[in-house]
Amino acid sequence: MSRESMEYDVVIIGGGPSGLSTAIKLKQLDTNLNVCLLEKASEIGAHILSGNVFETRALDELLPNWRELNSPIKTKVTKEKFLFLGKSKSLSWPTWLLPAVQQNHKNYIISLANLCRWLAEQAESLGVEIFPGFPASEILYNEDGSVKGVATQDMGIDKDGNKKDSFEPGIELLGKVTVFAEGCRGHLGKQLIEKFELNKGKDPQQYGIGFKEIWQIEDKNHEEGLVMHTAGWPLDNNTYGGSFMYHAENKQVFLGYVIGLDYKNPHLSPYDEFQRFKTHPAIKKIIEGGKRISYGARALIEGGFQSLPKMFMPGALLVGCDAGTLNMPKIKGSHTAMKSGIIAAETINEHLKENKDLSIYENKFKNSWLYKELFEARNVKPSFSWGLILGIIFTGIDQILFRGKLPFTLKHKHADHETLKPANQMPKIDYPKYDNVITFDKTSSVYLTGTNHADNQPVHLKLKDPDLPINYTLEKFDEPAQRYCPAGVYEVQKENDVNKFVINSQNCIHCKTCDIKEPSQNITWVTPEGSGGPRYGNM
Amino acid sequence: MKILVAVKRVIDYNVQIRVKEDGTGVVTDNVKMSTNPPDDNAIEEAVKIKEAGNATEVVAVTVGEEKAQETVRKALAVGADRGIHVKVDGILEPLAVSKILQKIVDKEKPDLVFMGKQAIDDDCNQTGQMLSALLNWPQATFASKIDVKDNKLEVTREIDEGLETIEINVPAIVTCDLRLNEPRYASLPNIMKAKKKPIEEIAASDLGVDVSPRLEQLKVEEPPKRKAGIKVANVAELVQKLKNEAKVI
Repeated sequence: MSRESMEYDVVIIGGGPSGLSTAIKLKQLDTNLNVCLLEKASEIGAHILSGNVFETRALDELLPNWRELNSPIKTKVTKEKFLFLGKSKSLSWPTWLLPAVQQNHKNYIISLANLCRWLAEQAESLGVEIFPGFPASEILYNEDGSVKGVATQDMGIDKDGNKKDSFEPGIELLGKVTVFAEGCRGHLGKQLIEKFELNKGKDPQQYGIGFKEIWQIEDKNHEEGLVMHTAGWPLDNNTYGGSFMYHAENKQVFLGYVIGLDYKNPHLSPYDEFQRFKTHPAIKKIIEGGKRISYGARALIEGGFQSLPKMFMPGALLVGCDAGTLNMPKIKGSHTAMKSGIIAAETINEHLKENKDLSIYENKFKNSWLYKELFEARNVKPSFSWGLILGIIFTGIDQILFRGKLPFTLKHKHADHETLKPANQMPKIDYPKYDNVITFDKTSSVYLTGTNHADNQPVHLKLKDPDLPINYTLEKFDEPAQRYCPAGVYEVQKENDVNKFVINSQNCIHCKTCDIKEPSQNITWVTPEGSGGPRYGNM
Repeated sequence: MKILVAVKRVIDYNVQIRVKEDGTGVVTDNVKMSTNPPDDNAIEEAVKIKEAGNATEVVAVTVGEEKAQETVRKALAVGADRGIHVKVDGILEPLAVSKILQKIVDKEKPDLVFMGKQAIDDDCNQTGQMLSALLNWPQATFASKIDVKDNKLEVTREIDEGLETIEINVPAIVTCDLRLNEPRYASLPNIMKAKKKPIEEIAASDLGVDVSPRLEQLKVEEPPKRKAGIKVANVAELVQKLKNEAKVI
């Protein structure tokens, strides 16, 4: 079947901070470049979820006059706290003893989704063509093996693969350069990394799952500009994770939890750890009397420098967390994603004008502050494989005394899908019941995300072996998909005494955790029909 | 035959609506907006009639703030020929919209006016009927099937008792039900082409219509939360509770 095609100088996949920055910088360098940007969400921002305490460094470079452009960057960080939580006690850690990378006094509390909406307006005013609702589902290659562009998803296919009356074939978007900016665990980026062996000689990528809720809280508990992080309870010493609570404008707090996906106990439920965390007296007293107005979750990159793949290949570049530019000890990836996009745009401009090879991306990257940041941060995350306490001691030495300049690099030893221990060797975890005041079940949480996928479309969570979940994963790991999925997509149901693996794909909030954590890598996340997935507001 | 289709921009049907703290309305900042779903059916039907050779032009019209134009742009991307955007800021009641549409009908002289049966934001279900009265044109509401027959329309209506088929003379107003058809997707090339189609912008004040609200809104609040149910042991207990506690039998 032949598809229509459209040609551009540059095709960008993904409307997050990295893709939008690439687009803006390209048009700033040469207004005549034809640039288009595809986004799978129904609008820019609707699939964006992030803390977010924002460092403006990259934005200062990209749009130095952002303060005059009515940007949604308003709430300056005014106060910081770091708490170690015990089961019912909390210990405040003096902020002067925090590594410099964890100090936020020059930063802002923002909604990244709103920042992206605003960046999209800037990009459109420069002439970038933005197409929300069009997922890129397939990579197209030239005969010489270089990337030629992408094809968008066919629309109007029923769950058996037949064309409906409303069928609309995907189209081919061909670019002289294609930029992949899908964010963490992009499904096309994953294919490119494999095909071009971009991660050869690198450590396996490390991931986390991050949850976020927005609460409207009582005036007396709200302290606009306060940034608080916690470590410790409810996680044990061997599980990597922690919380954030940012007091934003309009009496809202952004409350979230991040758990490393290298956890070992298949009985662990990241969602329930987050819910339980909110019942800690130090947290509960802030949100009590308030109202939860948003919920969401998204996988994030934690591998950093050691796991960063090569970011160029013939005809294409990876930017942001499609490669993995998040700075873990800083708990920030937006400014680094944006910077990688700026560098990518400069690379592409020289490639198109002066016929320089795309490999100059690597040198430009190495000479940037982004590389320096990631290099100095490299040893923090792997040190936590020794446990929370040793991790903190090492991080103190590494980050405060040596400022990341220790003459060695710790390795990430395992991919996250390899770390689960058999269910019968690990303790079961008894999570408390939801009280519907502070803690909630998954169904009512997913309801808040506005998630929907058009009815009667093919399931976009593909099983390589459809029998594996019941025949193997259930017995060995008690099918952890039931717990690691933050949206209740996966269920094991008993029908006439026979176990059945059910995939409620219409609930999927596109976090990609299943694609990462499934112990046999049996689940592959592919793009559903355009506009499907969550409709996040100011996440 | 020329068809005018009215479309409205509303909060997307998947979004969970949140009432503002101060009770003055619902939160719309950074909330995903879309075309009112049955308006999509209205556009689709008009485009189908044109594709079947029974209409010559489809004109999409919206009434609302600056960003309401996105709704017209979407209609153009799925086959409308040109658009009209009547700009009004603030609260708009069905009567004001009907009066504006009446002016647009006077100007455009369409043979048919299509719109959704009601909008999912205020659920008024009045604009089509009021326009019909203002123009003194026949109306067919809740249409789930439309057949064009010379200067008549045969319309199947969704009514409480089932389906009702009526025949009306053209010119006419038809309000469309969700069962009427399956709206098509806007393809990328058509979205590109739609960017070049003309949209006429008209200020409501230039039409000489008084759009000031006739209703005073006192307060917007969330419906009360449903209380959790209880389990009863047997029918006798159920009857006893219905009688003595709920007092419904």
